[in-house]
Amino acid sequence: MTDLSQTKLTQQQVRERIEQRLASRHRKEKIFRGLGIASIAFGMLAVLVLFTDIISKGSGAFVQSAIELRVHYDEQVLGIDKVDDESLAWANFTGVIREALRERFPEASSRSEKRELYSLVSTGAPFTLRDRLEANPELLGQTETVWLTADDDVDTFVKSLSDSAEGFRGRTSDQKAGWIEQLMASGELKKRFNTTFFTNGDSREPEQAGIRAALMGSLFTLLVTLALSFPIGVAAAIYLEEYAPKNRWTDLIEVNINNLAAVPSIVFGLLGLAIFINFFELPRSAPLVGGLVLTLMTLPTIIISSRAALKAVPPSIREAAMGMGASRMQVVFHHVLPLAMPGMLTGAIIGMAQALGETAPLLMIGMVAFIVDVPGGITDPSTVLPVQIFLWADSPERAFVERTSAAIMVLLSVLILMNASAVLLRKKLERRW
Amino acid sequence: MQTPTLFALLLLLILVAYGTGFSRAVAAARTSGGLRKLASLPSYYGLHTALWCGLPALLLLGTWLAFDDAIIRALVMNGIADKPDTIAGQNLLYAQVQNLAAGHLFGEASPQVQAAAARFTELRNGSRNLQAALSLILAIGLGAFTVLRFSPQLRAREKVEKVLRGVLIACACAAIFTTVGILLSVLFESLRFFQAVPITEFLFGLHWSPQMALRADQVGSSGAFGAVPLFTGTLMVSAIAMFVAVPVGLMSAIYLAEYASKRVRTFAKPVIEILAGVPTVVYGFFAALTVAPFIRDLATSMGLQASSESALAAGLVMGIMIIPFVSSLSDDVINAVPQSLRDGALGLGSTKSETVRKVVIPAALPGIVGGVLLAVSRAIGETMIVVMAAGLAANLTTNPLESVTTVTVQIVTLLVGDQEFDSPKTLAAFALGLMLFLSTLVLNFIALHVVKKYREQYD
Amino acid sequence: MNTMTLDAAGQAEPVQPKAVEQDTVGTQTKVRETVGKPFCDSAKLRMRNVNVFYGEAQAIHDVSLDIGRNEVVAMIGPSGCGKSTFLRCLNRMNDTIEGCRVEGELSLDDEPIYGAKVDVVPLRARVGMVFQKPNPFPKSIYDNVAYGPKIHGIASRRAELDEIVENSLRRAGLWNEVKDRLDKPGTGLSGGQQQRLCIARAIAVSPEVILMDEPCSALDPIATARIEELIDELRENYTIAIVTHSMQQAARVSQRTAYFHLGHLVEVNDTETVFTNPQHELTEAYITGRFG
Repeated sequence: MTDLSQTKLTQQQVRERIEQRLASRHRKEKIFRGLGIASIAFGMLAVLVLFTDIISKGSGAFVQSAIELRVHYDEQVLGIDKVDDESLAWANFTGVIREALRERFPEASSRSEKRELYSLVSTGAPFTLRDRLEANPELLGQTETVWLTADDDVDTFVKSLSDSAEGFRGRTSDQKAGWIEQLMASGELKKRFNTTFFTNGDSREPEQAGIRAALMGSLFTLLVTLALSFPIGVAAAIYLEEYAPKNRWTDLIEVNINNLAAVPSIVFGLLGLAIFINFFELPRSAPLVGGLVLTLMTLPTIIISSRAALKAVPPSIREAAMGMGASRMQVVFHHVLPLAMPGMLTGAIIGMAQALGETAPLLMIGMVAFIVDVPGGITDPSTVLPVQIFLWADSPERAFVERTSAAIMVLLSVLILMNASAVLLRKKLERRW
Repeated sequence: MQTPTLFALLLLLILVAYGTGFSRAVAAARTSGGLRKLASLPSYYGLHTALWCGLPALLLLGTWLAFDDAIIRALVMNGIADKPDTIAGQNLLYAQVQNLAAGHLFGEASPQVQAAAARFTELRNGSRNLQAALSLILAIGLGAFTVLRFSPQLRAREKVEKVLRGVLIACACAAIFTTVGILLSVLFESLRFFQAVPITEFLFGLHWSPQMALRADQVGSSGAFGAVPLFTGTLMVSAIAMFVAVPVGLMSAIYLAEYASKRVRTFAKPVIEILAGVPTVVYGFFAALTVAPFIRDLATSMGLQASSESALAAGLVMGIMIIPFVSSLSDDVINAVPQSLRDGALGLGSTKSETVRKVVIPAALPGIVGGVLLAVSRAIGETMIVVMAAGLAANLTTNPLESVTTVTVQIVTLLVGDQEFDSPKTLAAFALGLMLFLSTLVLNFIALHVVKKYREQYD
Repeated sequence: MNTMTLDAAGQAEPVQPKAVEQDTVGTQTKVRETVGKPFCDSAKLRMRNVNVFYGEAQAIHDVSLDIGRNEVVAMIGPSGCGKSTFLRCLNRMNDTIEGCRVEGELSLDDEPIYGAKVDVVPLRARVGMVFQKPNPFPKSIYDNVAYGPKIHGIASRRAELDEIVENSLRRAGLWNEVKDRLDKPGTGLSGGQQQRLCIARAIAVSPEVILMDEPCSALDPIATARIEELIDELRENYTIAIVTHSMQQAARVSQRTAYFHLGHLVEVNDTETVFTNPQHELTEAYITGRFG
């Protein structure tokens, strides 16, 4: 240990060299920090843009233009003389509406003008009249004023008027636009709350399309998923956490679970198609199969979170119960499980939220079919909300854009509600040890 | 007997069995002097009886239901003398038979089909009756046997727990069954596909157009199954996604872990995590209707040619989706780096960024790499965004402004809608699925292994 | 973030500070002030009326102390007495703890340590630190020692860097043990070697002061003896402040010893005096092992 004090550089020199580089180092520090802030800002901006984009596109769909018409339930035009099921099915309500429209705008005379005129109201409007008449048979032969849903082109035009004075014309002719403006001026055309959107199933006509069928489909699918994945997931977690010996088999299960959590969801769809539909011949497009596929997909999430919840229960509780002579099973089911339940439920809600937003695997098992009827059970053909969004996003009509966005708003609200309840549940019930 | 009725009946029997077992035990306790004389509590005797009554019967019923359709079909088809050669033709014929049996078939049916339909009805009814009879006999027999064999010395609790334990093990094995199921379902169909299309053509062919002609003499009837354009498309979209997600995700994780005050952290972290909860179909819509037109307009204003469905739009939005994934994984590994290393660097006069870049990141690198690999596997497997925004044209291109297609997009387009199950077109989807499954499996395996090793290092 | 209170009297000549505080913890309720010799003429580090807060809680109460050139000052006291907190004030390592606030006047060679204009980067290069647990970076031995010179840009050539690394390792008494495996990871060394590597890493940037926070608490007796020897050698070139939980160690390596109690500096004196003839009853109680 010689030459201890012999360094080439004196302390003074070292100080000077450090000083020289200080400015550039601090500049780099600032840049680095700025990059961090920029990244955070980018993430937040993405959230902001995404949400404002969806909301600005979709909020219009919650109102729908309707036209006020004086309709005369003329027995001759309708071609019926009494109100019963059979005559209602045959009655010509379209004729009644056409007559009412001609009465309102007598200036339409040529064939093409009349066709323009008739396309003011939705093709679903006759059903509104039929329902009215069915509920009030005494209206036959009478006249009343009703609000009828406007056609989607009319609706799009009316809504676009608030963006620009010209408005989005599309297929709307000048004459039709004139009629629309006339109706608006006289208060005979108004934007009313769009109940159809929440009560109807899918339709080719945007103004008659709703999310009810998709919502019910999602509900049934989630029920199947929850009923299967929660018990199986919790049971698997209990075995792995409380019973499993540490051996290769258990390791294999663990590796499998972690891997499955990262397998692309569409692969689960292939599994569903090949096994559930082709091998077991379960019905296509059914919430049952959708639920089965989503069960396999969410199982890893639920197992992992349930295991975490079990791990959080301190061993002292197990030892105390074991010391009283309780069997392993009694310890788990009487003491550990109740304490771990809030954590498990939180995990289950998050897993369900994930399942609710899933689209790709459900496309594989045929839940993408055009289905108008609201499903009544888990084997009825149905679609789910995300798939409905996918279908509408593909539709060319402009009015479907706002409906797609509105459906997204509904989906996101449900998801936010689920996640918020998971957070609340965790805060309220989870004990800290 | 209809299956739901049968289930209800079995459930009722199980309840009865529980009640009988329970009351037997209570009665035995009363006569022999208190519950202490029993080996287990009465409820365990009830459960024991119920399990013996219900479990074997339900298992039998389940297996029966799983296989009866296939067996009936085989029997019916064997009985038909001249059936079509193709599977599609056979499917059609069998559907005809089923419809006729159900009374849905309108129009004339050949005598052969009528005979088969009669046989089908007969077999199906026989099967239903047999399954009901067998499972009810099994339930009642075993239930009664258990009640008769009752004795106060019987260790009912242990027996019940043994069964429950078996159930727990079976549930834990669900993950393995799922993996095996995935592997089998994609493997078999893929093998069939590779019989029609050589695997070398699939892996190295440069041309992809899976539309099979309806008639053999049509132009381009063969269909081309060279998947290279799909692989390059997938890689390009994933690369763009990672190009967005890795820097942004990593830098926001670093900022949140090393720089941000507690207040900023509690606000910013959940906001960014919202991005992880948005369903992919919403991103797809956003990419197709907002980002893609924006990019096209931007490119046009700069004098570039851009397709309305571009790899850039899909990749960009996918990157946004993966940001929270990268950032929360990196956050975990960065927080696992011991504070003492930061102190060591800061104590030598490092600036914060030098500490992060030269000490924290190198120390956390294995974990970060693992996280990025998981993110890549996610990008490769992501479906909805690319289905809605990347397009269908299998272009072999390096221009991100052009439309490309990916493995997942092709799986969806090949399988959505009506399909015959034996055409190479449909089977190709499974071959693509196999590629997808294997590549993500390898990525996940490596990533999870790396992350695990990293965790152990600092535990 | 901290207020600078000028204490003209403290600057000019050593006087007894008015470190008077009511101690309300425990059963002893008595007025205390620092006894002994807290100040010296050729002070390298000068601290006056230092108060440290963690959020609302006060960890250091009005401490004033000088640390002289080429002197080893030991800080002892029961755990939680604030000796480590105080040490970490001297190179502003407390800045890294959220909610920590330092008040009072601290200076290095009469230049302030705290203040808006003070840059911690060169400050920490001048005041190095060795931590309780050896914390080598997960890099090679060479890169560990070269880290400081590299970030500060001290070496202009590779040869110069090699020389700095070799010299630092020599001074830390580690060169002969590691010269053949400089490219092996520093984390592969034994605990004592790791701690000497950390010392080598600290002296590689030519600091003037080295702060040591219980550097031997994680080491075995033989490794401890080796480090203590090293401290004695380093005294020639550096000013050293060492926090230790071992009174024997304080007695072996230091010239002066400061006794901390519940955030107060109770007594500072020549090491020999503290251990043979403590002036304050708390010091005496601690020295004789009545608590600690």
